[in-house]
Amino acid sequence: MKMYDLPDARGHFGPYGGVFVAETLVRALSELREAYEAVGQDAEFQAELAYELKHFVGRPSPIYFAKRLTEHAGGARIFLKREDLNHTGAHKVNNTVGQALLARRMGKKRIIAETGAGQHGVASATVAARYGMECIVYMGSEDVARQSPNVFRMKLLGATVVPVESGSKTLKDALNEAMRDWVTNVESTFYIIGTVAGPHPYPMMVRDFNSVVGKECVVQMPEMIGRQPDAVIACVGGGSNAMGIFYDYIPHEKTRLIGVEAGGDGVETGRHAAPLSAGTPGILHGNRTYLMQDEDGQIIETHSVSAGLDYPGVGPEHAWLKDSGRAEYVAATDDEALEAFHLLCRAEGIIPALESSHAVAHALKLAPTMDKDQVILVNLSGRGDKDLNTVSRLAGITL
Amino acid sequence: MSRIASAFARLKAERRAALIPFFTAGDPSIEATVPLMHTLVEAGADIIELGVPFSDPQADGPVIQRASERALARKVTLRKVLEMVTEFRRSNATTPVVLMGYANPIEAMGRQNFAALAHRAGVDGVLVVDIPPEESEDWVRTVKANELDPIFLLAPTSTEARVGQVARLASGFVYYVSLKGVTGAAHLDRSEVAERLPRLQAVIPLPVGVGFGIRDAASAAAVAAVADAVVVGSRIIQEIEGSTPETLHARILALVGELREAVDSARVV
Repeated sequence: MKMYDLPDARGHFGPYGGVFVAETLVRALSELREAYEAVGQDAEFQAELAYELKHFVGRPSPIYFAKRLTEHAGGARIFLKREDLNHTGAHKVNNTVGQALLARRMGKKRIIAETGAGQHGVASATVAARYGMECIVYMGSEDVARQSPNVFRMKLLGATVVPVESGSKTLKDALNEAMRDWVTNVESTFYIIGTVAGPHPYPMMVRDFNSVVGKECVVQMPEMIGRQPDAVIACVGGGSNAMGIFYDYIPHEKTRLIGVEAGGDGVETGRHAAPLSAGTPGILHGNRTYLMQDEDGQIIETHSVSAGLDYPGVGPEHAWLKDSGRAEYVAATDDEALEAFHLLCRAEGIIPALESSHAVAHALKLAPTMDKDQVILVNLSGRGDKDLNTVSRLAGITL
Repeated sequence: MSRIASAFARLKAERRAALIPFFTAGDPSIEATVPLMHTLVEAGADIIELGVPFSDPQADGPVIQRASERALARKVTLRKVLEMVTEFRRSNATTPVVLMGYANPIEAMGRQNFAALAHRAGVDGVLVVDIPPEESEDWVRTVKANELDPIFLLAPTSTEARVGQVARLASGFVYYVSLKGVTGAAHLDRSEVAERLPRLQAVIPLPVGVGFGIRDAASAAAVAAVADAVVVGSRIIQEIEGSTPETLHARILALVGELREAVDSARVV
């Protein structure tokens, strides 16, 4: 097999990706690309990033054998990559530390970010505080309401949270608004995109910063069990935690890569957020990828119990991995994710994020179809503290 | 000669800058769109820029966002917009019509299919905000093969190299975004425009229009003194928002008429 070296110089993953933005942003994106290429070769930058990941984020994160979960599922052994143990509680901080260091290198003192569940907003506010930068976070007003603990955390960290009232008032609209801010303040401002979407170089850069997850696993799994897993499972909204764990496994062809999208009420109902499972290719937010859209090319509203997966697009590299067959994409419904959430709480003493619960849900489906000596590695991308209000409401528990 | 080229040739002979009003198709209503196009012509529009509504208009400020949302609520599709242009052409064969919008509705229709249907409807130029030159090779070929002018944006942040690239690709005219920001933003930097325009015109063998941030007669006149065309969008949509079906015609006639006078006064020597 030819060595995997995507994207190409113009940011394309086969027919996907690219730079579909208004002219005003083109120069900012080429400056960003040049700055990012420069730090790739810069030993001092890489050493600083490694130091921050170790001492500020708390890496490497452990891999944990979920023994009781495995017994419950009956079949393949299930291991969890504990990204929930990172500082700020999710994989998102791997990327924000990287981009904030890059922003500092570029002399930008104001950072902006979009957020859905609030995890990326918290991770951005955290690094802004850490490096003494101004931070503005755009968040759909619907999400502000359903993720209030994270809104408070961002404010504690000194960030300004701007509720976005346009469109569907969720993640996609927050991204639109952040782009509008960036166009207006392009010289002073660094836009930290939180997922592997957006125009080139973001899908590549966010993947690279998150690829520390898979890099660790490729070393940790042989240490624990003497070999690589048979399957790696991760949830996919925009797809940053999935690309983070998949990327270093792409050359390990015996390892299946499985992305789990938000099935909402069920893919067949149309009320979901699963563009790879049930969408078609189009252009949104600066790149060509699979989208949830109607036949006239308008983006349609998505539905998921988890705000972090409630996005109508997906990173272009996932679109490419799907078409090329290297990765498989499935969906887990709200109910399946919630069931997995409660099960992981009780069986392992781990409260997972609702996003990550989608990956756990699929592991529970897949494990019984596999042999007991086979191994599934799940990226447990975040912890569930932020979801307590949502879950208690759905479970009828009064806090 | 294309309608756009003819319009600019006539304006050049008359030593006038073009006035290009913009509004979103389907706003305030589907029925009002074609009559509004005729009103704009009556008020002195040289070219009409018709917005194609999109669910995620990233380059637009709140005014055009709202217009887009209202149009989408009335189920205005790209197909519907082309029908409106067809209807407009039944009684106007000369005023050029430029569609402005985003890539995805066109992708959904298919580029080739769109270009053929747009030409048949009587569209003259197409400006797709999120198809910049680097992603436009196939796009430019397709629209030119269907006798449409691909209109491109340039911005204060565009490098000299990109200006050259746009000069090679574009036809019809080139649209200079007069500020760093979204449509309808508050302040136009007149001195920046006055300084940049002659340098663009020296390199680009096409008329250069200016838009984003032109809100009144004074800013229209200032831009008309240096540019080949003046594009006004958000201000017109605000007038539409403030009108009733009964007052719409008169209010747009008055506003655009005033802009027309301002644009023409700028070139009086």
